[in-house]
Order: sequence, then structure tokens, then C-alpha cells
Amino acid sequence: MYRDFGTILVAAILGIIMVAVPLFLQSLVAPSKKTKEKLETYECGEVSEGSAWLQFNIRFYVIALIFLIFDVEVVFLFPWAVVFKDLGLLAMVEMSIFLVILIIGLAYVWIKSDLDWVKRKVKYAAGRYERIQIKENT
Amino acid sequence: MSVDTLFDFLGSIIPAMEGSGLLLVIAILIPCLLLFLVVAVNAIVMVYAERKVAAFMQDRVGPMGQGVGLHAGKWGLLQTVADALKLLTKEDIIPKNADKLLFILAPFMIFIGAFVTIVAVPFGENVIVADFNIGIFYILAMGSLGVIGIILAGWSSNNKWSLYGGMRSAAQIISYEIPAGLSIIIIIMLTGTLSMQGIIQYQAGGMFNWIIFANPFSFIAFFIYFISVVAETNRTPFDIPEAESELVGGFHTEYSGMRWSFFFLSEYANMLVVCAVAAAGFLGGWHSPIPGYFDSNGWGIFWMMSKIVFLIFVMMWFRWTFPRLRVDQLMNICWKVFLPISLINIFGVGIWTLVFG
Repeated sequence: MYRDFGTILVAAILGIIMVAVPLFLQSLVAPSKKTKEKLETYECGEVSEGSAWLQFNIRFYVIALIFLIFDVEVVFLFPWAVVFKDLGLLAMVEMSIFLVILIIGLAYVWIKSDLDWVKRKVKYAAGRYERIQIKENT
Repeated sequence: MSVDTLFDFLGSIIPAMEGSGLLLVIAILIPCLLLFLVVAVNAIVMVYAERKVAAFMQDRVGPMGQGVGLHAGKWGLLQTVADALKLLTKEDIIPKNADKLLFILAPFMIFIGAFVTIVAVPFGENVIVADFNIGIFYILAMGSLGVIGIILAGWSSNNKWSLYGGMRSAAQIISYEIPAGLSIIIIIMLTGTLSMQGIIQYQAGGMFNWIIFANPFSFIAFFIYFISVVAETNRTPFDIPEAESELVGGFHTEYSGMRWSFFFLSEYANMLVVCAVAAAGFLGGWHSPIPGYFDSNGWGIFWMMSKIVFLIFVMMWFRWTFPRLRVDQLMNICWKVFLPISLINIFGVGIWTLVFG
């Protein structure tokens, strides 16, 4: 067991060395004539405008949360899948309950329009807001 | 397991050092160095193959190494080697606005993510560097290490294109990991083991014992897995993180020379890994399609490699056949098509196994 994970450690260290060595070789071989323009941030040839470290709408914020839930679900499924054939029907029923709860969650998020890139406004409550004239897909 | 056998073998050659820790490190280093050679050669061959495949699909001839004096070999065979040398002599530029530490760290992260994954990939019946008892889980876990490097690269460049590319890539890779993971669950449900060699051994005895043909659900799962990993490796038609025509390279816009080349080295290494998992998990790994024929160790490596190469060829074929997807279409396909289908697949395989044994 510890031999296996020792292999990973050696591989990771070797990976670092294998990246570092060509970079070192490059620093020996390659020319280095830095100018002010060369060190500018690339913006299609224009003079760059401001920093890129700004607040912007990353859109998939909710998707990231859903990803977390489903990724944890996948982790739960792994040990279950290993023993599934031995346990048979009981394991299937139990995992079905777990999965159905998650599927309901997915359906809820889907109807809420959180999976869409551009969020629809009132699809899920069309009846309630009909009076105040908010249209879909606005 | 090859590290163990090598360890014993070295111990029998040099009896004075038998069982020492140093010998163990050497026994691990030799296959790891070979593995690095595989990664490097794989990238060189695949870049050449990609250019030739692209050329033939577009009715061109591709790199031919023409010219007087110094030229790149017959049929341009040395074109990639020449490119690698060119990259080595390029000036290394770090933009002055960039976050220098993270900028330097990013290629390391990505490459280690790819290289550490390939350790657990089986290439033949005895050809595997580390046969973990949790092999496929390990590959899935380490395979997503690369996304950290991509976000680091996108963020640290302090470039708007890079930031967009990095963020898109993060959204895409984490999303497509779920259908891929759920499809791998199906393999484990059928085989009852997480070890890569165990999964391949389960599929012995001809092509109709392969998991892809085990039942209709696993047949669907293979395609879901394959399309998801095409997206996970940022290949066309899912290459919006690096979309040349809109993001001018995405997360690696600011990289040049050797640093840049490591992104590509890792991309091709990742392609090798995901195709190897597809071949081992669904297509019988190193088993021959006809039971009893061509079943020796050498043929095993041939079968494994030919399956991997075929899948990589399909990825290249995709690239020159399909137009790039829009970012919202990309997320829709993942969350609204693949995820429900793969969840239903799990139920399907479960019930199928309970009913038909």
C-alpha cells in the first residue's frame, strides 16, 4: 500500500523536475530582450485598459453549488457500487431512495431555471405574477 | 505490479542492497522515467498526427518538410521535433501586471495533474506502474487536478481573455465530471472492483464480454463517458475555454515558449489517460476481441494501444467535423441531457443486473 502511494510521491516530484529542467534550459538558450511593450498585457494590440482582476458575473455560481452536491453523491455511489452485486435488491432500493431525492432536487433547480445561462424570470410562478404583466424570457 | 517485480529483480541483481529504501526509490524511478518518455513521445506523435489528420480531412497535405538545406524530414516527420526546439529557444515573457508566483506555478500544477494520473493507467497485463486497489477512483480524482492549474493560469495572467477562458473552463470541466463519474459508476457496479486491472480482468473472453456490450445501458454510458471526457479535455467541439477566434487562446494567451508547451503536453497526456480509461473500462482493455487468439502479453499491449489510438483518432475526427458549441448550449447538454440520462442508466443497470444476473 505505502509503495503505491510512494510511487505517486516520486511521480509528482519527477513531474516538477521534468517541468523545471526544460524551463532552465530555455533560460540558457533563449534570448532575453525585454521591452516595455513586450511586457504589456495582450489586448489585441491596443493599449491595455485597466486590470482584469475585477468583479464580474461568473454565471455558474449556482451550477457550482449543484456540482458540489452531485460530486458528493458520486463519491457516495462509489463504495455502494463496489458491493452492489453482493447486497442485491436491498442495496438497490436504498440507493434508489437516495437518488430519487437528488433527482427531485435537480428537477427543482431545473424548473427554477438555475441551470440556464440566462435566467428566465417567472416561468415557475406564471400564474401568480400574471396580474403585474411580467413576461417570460425577459 | 511492475514496481514490486522490478524491486525484487533489482534486489536479486544487487544482493548487497536487497530490500533497502534506496533500491525502492530506484525501482519506482525507472518506470516513472519511462512514463515521462511515453508522455513526451505521445505528445510529439499526436501533434504530428493531429496536423496530418486535419490536413487529410481538409484535402491538404499537411507538414511535408519541404525546403532546401535544413528541413523537417521526409513527410515532415520531424516537424514536431523542430517545433519543440523552436519553443525551447523562444523568449520567456511574464507580463509585468501578472501575478508572477501563480503564473509560474500554473504549468507545474497542470503537468503534475496529468503526469500523476497516468501512473495508474494499465498498458498491458503486467505493464502498469502502480496498480492501486482504488485505481479508477484515483484517476478520476487526480484528473480534476488540472482544472486548478487552468484557473491559476487564467487568473494570474491579469488578462481579460485569460480570465474568461479560465472561468469557462472551470465551469465546463466541473460540470462534465459528473456525467463521466456517473458512467464510471456503471463499470464498477458490473465489475464490483475499483482496481483498473480487476476491471479489465472481468472483461476477459471475447468482445461480447466487454462492458460496452454487457447491456443496453452500459452501451449508452460509453458514449456519455466519451463525449464528457472530450469536453473535460477542452477539445473541439467543447473548446470554448481556448476558442482561438474569440478568446485568442483563453487561459494561455499570455504564455509563450516552454511554459506554453506544457499546457499542450498536459492536454495530450490527459487525452491519453481518458482514452485509456475508456478503453480499459468499456472496451476490454488489453483483451483481444477474439477469445483465445492473439492473447499473449505482447499482443495485450498492442490491443490496449490500438484501442487508445483509435479513440484519440475519433477525438481528432470530432475536431474537424463539428462546429464549436456556444457556452449555454454546452451547459444545457451537460445538465439537461447527460445528467438525467446517466442517472437513469444507473437505475437501468441496477435493475438489469438484479433481473438477468
